[in-house]
Amino acid sequence: MSFLSVQKISHTYFTKKMSKTALQDIQLEIEEGQFVSFLGPSGCGKSTLLSIIAGLLKPTNGEILLEGKTLVSGRDHVIGYMLQQDYLFPWKTIEENILLGLKILNRLTPDSKEKVTRLLKDIGLEGTESQYPRQLSGGMKQRAALVRTLAAEPKILMLDEPFSALDFQTKLKLEDLVWSTLKSFSKTAILVTHDIGEAIAMSDVIHLFGTNPGHIVKTVEVTKELRKLTPFNARNHRDYSALFQTVWKELESLEKIIPED
Amino acid sequence: MKKSSPKIEQSYNDYIKTLKKEKRLVLFYQLLIFIVFFSIWELLSRQEWIDPLIFSSPAKIVSLLFHKVQDGSIFSHAGFTIYETILGFVLGTLCGTLLAAFLWWFPMASRVLDPYLVILNAMPKVALGPILIVVLGPGFSSIIAMGAVISIIITTIVIYTSFRGVDPNYLKVLETFGASRYVCFKEAVLPASFPAIISTLKVNVGLSWVGVIVGEFLVSQQGLGYLIIYGFQVFNFTLVLMSLLIIAIIATIMYQLVDYLEKKIIKS
Ligand SMILES: Nc1ncnc2c1ncn2[C@@H]1O[C@H](COP(=O)(O)OP(=O)(O)O)[C@@H](O)[C@H]1O
Ligand SMILES: [Mg+2]
Repeated sequence: MSFLSVQKISHTYFTKKMSKTALQDIQLEIEEGQFVSFLGPSGCGKSTLLSIIAGLLKPTNGEILLEGKTLVSGRDHVIGYMLQQDYLFPWKTIEENILLGLKILNRLTPDSKEKVTRLLKDIGLEGTESQYPRQLSGGMKQRAALVRTLAAEPKILMLDEPFSALDFQTKLKLEDLVWSTLKSFSKTAILVTHDIGEAIAMSDVIHLFGTNPGHIVKTVEVTKELRKLTPFNARNHRDYSALFQTVWKELESLEKIIPED
Repeated sequence: MKKSSPKIEQSYNDYIKTLKKEKRLVLFYQLLIFIVFFSIWELLSRQEWIDPLIFSSPAKIVSLLFHKVQDGSIFSHAGFTIYETILGFVLGTLCGTLLAAFLWWFPMASRVLDPYLVILNAMPKVALGPILIVVLGPGFSSIIAMGAVISIIITTIVIYTSFRGVDPNYLKVLETFGASRYVCFKEAVLPASFPAIISTLKVNVGLSWVGVIVGEFLVSQQGLGYLIIYGFQVFNFTLVLMSLLIIAIIATIMYQLVDYLEKKIIKS
């Protein structure tokens, strides 16, 4: 039995004008501590799948099993979520922001608070506690958002294109930081991205998605050597370019078969 | 400031000087209009080119004001009206916000009530005056009700729109922590709409003045609206114009106060 199991998930959105099948028969397994990427063009249902796994959206068909049990909703908080933008609350200080999860979950104790403060320090944001998000740079805000997510100690972390709004240098630095932070906690993580390099550099397994309707085209395992390296070092490794080529060709051939709608 | 070349510094100083000069010029013309307007009014009235009985004159108004300040009666009238206005717009904003929260909480209710809100919003609220007086009695409560009713619906609509406009991703963040609808409202929807609430406050100050003055016209016991209607009945237009002047001044001060409050709150 794997840690997280996605079983025959299909989802159709209904609007007044039409119905749109965003996902069809998604079947995948994720092991504990694994870093998995969903890679595919925009509109192929990646975010939809994350929302379903997070229990924020009820799928039309299929179910999600976490440690063998059906996942009902985000109620007991097993899922952490990081979005493309930081979505820190601008009227709250950084400290209030990062403690928000614990507060809502009624788990705010001097102990847990100290832990979160330490995490903030480890991630290089010491001294920003009483500042407001607008006083921080984009990369710092995204780091604070990571602390907010990790503070509630989720069993699994979902990252929905968390680096795509950042400049390239900040993005590379943050990739390393997020990667090593998650490794040090042995967190299971799912990364959604349309950046081939990012997927290869960060993850253990890559699921390639195709559009219309969203489905898994292929699953690519990242080589053992690359997995051990930090994202930045992985990008400089020999295996990286070979894998990049493979994935690139795979996505190319997809575009040829399935024309844009 | 970094040290810049003397030439740049010189032109910077020139620039600042021009700005100051322009500001002084604007102030000068503003004062000029003020003086010219009141002088001409005084002149026309003295020469009886306009009917002094109807248009009074600045000198007469000031002397009446002086008289009313001395016997203190103006303070009780003005105080009464200010009190009613403040109560009216606070009540209007509060009830409007509560209604908006209700609509946000029950999306079905908001759909059902939508056409009624449109009708109520389009209706001139002061027309409700006589009904309010019959229901609440000819006094204080009716006037306050007028001051509030006039702004409730528009407040509801504006604030509800702002509630709806809150980025759903903020709610998503909260929902991943298992937040209830109440927590979502308290942590995201309400604080995000605070600027909208404050800006309706500004609009409501003006609306409440209308409601309260009309209310005082109808109820006629005390207040600045009462002075206007009384002055009209006894054909004392100096009294009418003096009351108008006081209303204009107080309403401006009140608006500026709320404006100041807005800047202060939004900054923090
Ligand atoms: N709330 C919604 N209502 C209707 N259609 C939606 C909704 N959300 C997403 N979709 C559609 O579902 C498809 C998949 O969307 P999404 O999961 O956001 O893709 P991705 O994250 O891969 O870009 C898109 O075609 C999008 O237009
Ligand atoms: Mg997406």
